[in-house]
Amino acid sequence: MKIKVTIDNKSIEVERETTILNAANMLGIKIPTLCNHEALSPYASCRLCLVEVKKGNRVEITTSCNYPITREIEVVTNSEKVLKYRRMVIQLLLGRCPDNPALLKLSKEFGIEKPIFEVDEYDDCILCGRCERACREVVGVNAITFSGRGVKRKVEAPFGDYNDLCIACGACAYVCPTGAVQVQFDGENKIIDKWEKITPLVEVENCGQGIMTEAQINYFKEKFNFSPIIKK
Amino acid sequence: MKLTSVQEFDNYAKKIKEEKDFSKTCITICAGTGCQAHGSLDIVNALSEKIKERGLEDKVFIKSTGCHGFCERGPLMVIKPKGIFYEHVKVDMLDTIIEETIINNKIIEDFLYRDPVNKERIALEEEIPFYKKQHRILMKNNGLINPEDINDYIALDGYRGFIKAITQMSPEKVIEEIKLSGLRGRGGGGFPTGVKWESSKIVESEKKYIICNADEGDPGAYMDRSLLEGNPHLIIEGMLIGAFAVGADEGYVYVRHEYPLAVRNLENAIKQAEELGLLGENILGTGFNFKLHISRGGGAFVCGESSALIASIEGKVGEPRAKHIHMSEKGLWGKPTVLNNVETWGNVPFIINNGADWYSKIGTENSKGTKIFSLVGKVNNTGLVEVPMGITLREIIFDIGGGILNNRKFKAVQTGGPSGGCIPESLLDIPVDFDELVKVGSMMGSGGMIVMDERTCMVDVAKYFLNFLKEESCGKCTTCREGIKRMYEILDKITSGKGTEDDLTLLEEIAEVTKEGSLCGLGKTAPNPVLSTLKYFKDEYLMHINEKKCPAGVCKNLTTFTIDQNKCVGCGACKRNCPVEAISGEKKKPHEINPDKCIKCGICYDSCKFDAVKIN
Repeated sequence: MKIKVTIDNKSIEVERETTILNAANMLGIKIPTLCNHEALSPYASCRLCLVEVKKGNRVEITTSCNYPITREIEVVTNSEKVLKYRRMVIQLLLGRCPDNPALLKLSKEFGIEKPIFEVDEYDDCILCGRCERACREVVGVNAITFSGRGVKRKVEAPFGDYNDLCIACGACAYVCPTGAVQVQFDGENKIIDKWEKITPLVEVENCGQGIMTEAQINYFKEKFNFSPIIKK
Repeated sequence: MKLTSVQEFDNYAKKIKEEKDFSKTCITICAGTGCQAHGSLDIVNALSEKIKERGLEDKVFIKSTGCHGFCERGPLMVIKPKGIFYEHVKVDMLDTIIEETIINNKIIEDFLYRDPVNKERIALEEEIPFYKKQHRILMKNNGLINPEDINDYIALDGYRGFIKAITQMSPEKVIEEIKLSGLRGRGGGGFPTGVKWESSKIVESEKKYIICNADEGDPGAYMDRSLLEGNPHLIIEGMLIGAFAVGADEGYVYVRHEYPLAVRNLENAIKQAEELGLLGENILGTGFNFKLHISRGGGAFVCGESSALIASIEGKVGEPRAKHIHMSEKGLWGKPTVLNNVETWGNVPFIINNGADWYSKIGTENSKGTKIFSLVGKVNNTGLVEVPMGITLREIIFDIGGGILNNRKFKAVQTGGPSGGCIPESLLDIPVDFDELVKVGSMMGSGGMIVMDERTCMVDVAKYFLNFLKEESCGKCTTCREGIKRMYEILDKITSGKGTEDDLTLLEEIAEVTKEGSLCGLGKTAPNPVLSTLKYFKDEYLMHINEKKCPAGVCKNLTTFTIDQNKCVGCGACKRNCPVEAISGEKKKPHEINPDKCIKCGICYDSCKFDAVKIN
């Protein structure tokens, strides 16, 4: 059974439990988000996708990425209040990483001229958790996790230590919205600085870009019953 | 011995009641965490030996009980059945107590409670103002029961509520009774308990869970700990009734690892209940099964939030999730789950035993029953107080609490834990219930109540709570993690004398986004300390900003202490107490403070009896 949803005065019928964010996308309405990714489950950590949901006389401010539509609702994505809140969220994030290109682009879209908060500890990571979800949900190796809480929260390999579980596939870097996780090559090794991972590469004949880590080869064998052939 | 039918339980209870004669002389000693810290276990041991030495074992019972509540005066001893109350008991007082009170039946004046206001001695526990105005239902048996002995609980009609529910009522009827009673969740949210149970009851599922939230984390609050320590079977009985009502066969008590005594007493209570057949398979032959586990929390404040708590039990990172799908449908391990706080569960047996009518007569229109508050801070009688909903703050602080320490002036009371609000004197006469506290910008929370006097700086208080929340936010939401941090920084700036009026505007802007834009209760209420102090004590903020002064003399950058040369009599009290030798002066002549040496601790101010030390 489909449910009617009205977003910024445009209506559409969607499957039950479609998120507001996805319904808005269907209508061509863009809601900004950093933590949401189509391949990952919604997490609602960045709080950029805040919208107003009208339920009878009540108006609720809520994140749209994880809000499942289960009955007819009316949503406003661009009220003055919503825009004000989003600007504050961007400011709060700029306080971590004032010159990050992804954030600067967002700032420009929202007419923010300069950061209002002083930066004490520079960190490109905005703790959106995309890398952690990609590693757990998609790759399924659980090599990284959140640790600490409050302002001390970070994503790291367990105990901040070198981690054998990581196969250096680079999915974490692929989904990272700010470039805080980067994959580098030095000719012989694949390096993911953020997790202090350095692992040698081998040349393969029949897969991808022709180079892989050994852990990746084993992962492919186990998970897909496919054996990349190592070049002798 | 395992009891296999209700009849067997009845016979057993009858036998226990005959054995446990509560009219005999019984010396009860509080062995709650507070009194234990003051040596009450040594007292219990020494007393047992002395009683044995004198051959009085047959005449006198000694019982170490859970927390009585009047922690300020601990270690506490109450001699029953009369109820003679001795305070600050020490081992060297025991011979006199045995000789005079136990053998010669005399009351020892010097050991009695002395009223801080009129200096009168009061002999009986029930006559002490601290207890007199309370309405003790949940806390009542804490002083009567040895928490390590299930038979003590059974002798006082323990497990009767559960037996009534399972033999005379249907699950629907139990839920109806809880709904009619008007019981609302004591953990802070105030959601109607019966409605919560019903929403889980109606979900079809082969497996359901119930959870007791004992992750009490508010600074200064310890009522849940005291209930679990002092009367663990009450909570088990409440959970049994709840499990029967919603159709759950398994439950968890999520309790803080920092509560070792509560964990120990609960573990022991579960074991004893299992041995008697009150927990486990086919309870009392009724076909009802209920298994109860303990899950220990690692000390994260946010794990008191229901969805974070569940994540923690499941072994995941303790962070909240959105509750667009309710826990009554998908909770622990994806199954329908009912989660209530310790005190809420504790109310349940009383409601079933005495009926919803009896219960709903206590309290206000929309907040029924009693509430336990931990009354702490600058108040004469600190401790746990159980009062009917609707009592005024003034009655709690001045009648039960005995007013402000050292006759200082009352300034504010903070209710609802770190994310509650500060309530000023002008609102002391509001009735205390769920809705009234929210109306004035605070909340019930789990029942913390911190009293502040004129020497408390309200900006500093807001900063203190935000510092706590900054560390305890799980860090998931940008608005909470970064918002609290930035609010804290602004408060720090103001208390250092570097704040501007623009900072106040920014503070309010961040507070609004944090409040509305965060996912869970922690973030949504975190700005309360800021917003409520800004609402009622804006003058104090402005003095910090514009005049660079802290009127309470707390913020070191903005405070100087001086001695009024006309008032100082040269008694030397300040000089003696000053930790850095910053005060000089001859005896009987006015003293002086050397501002270069002074560390602004305020000890001179507190020790001066002539009002000669001034805060500038």
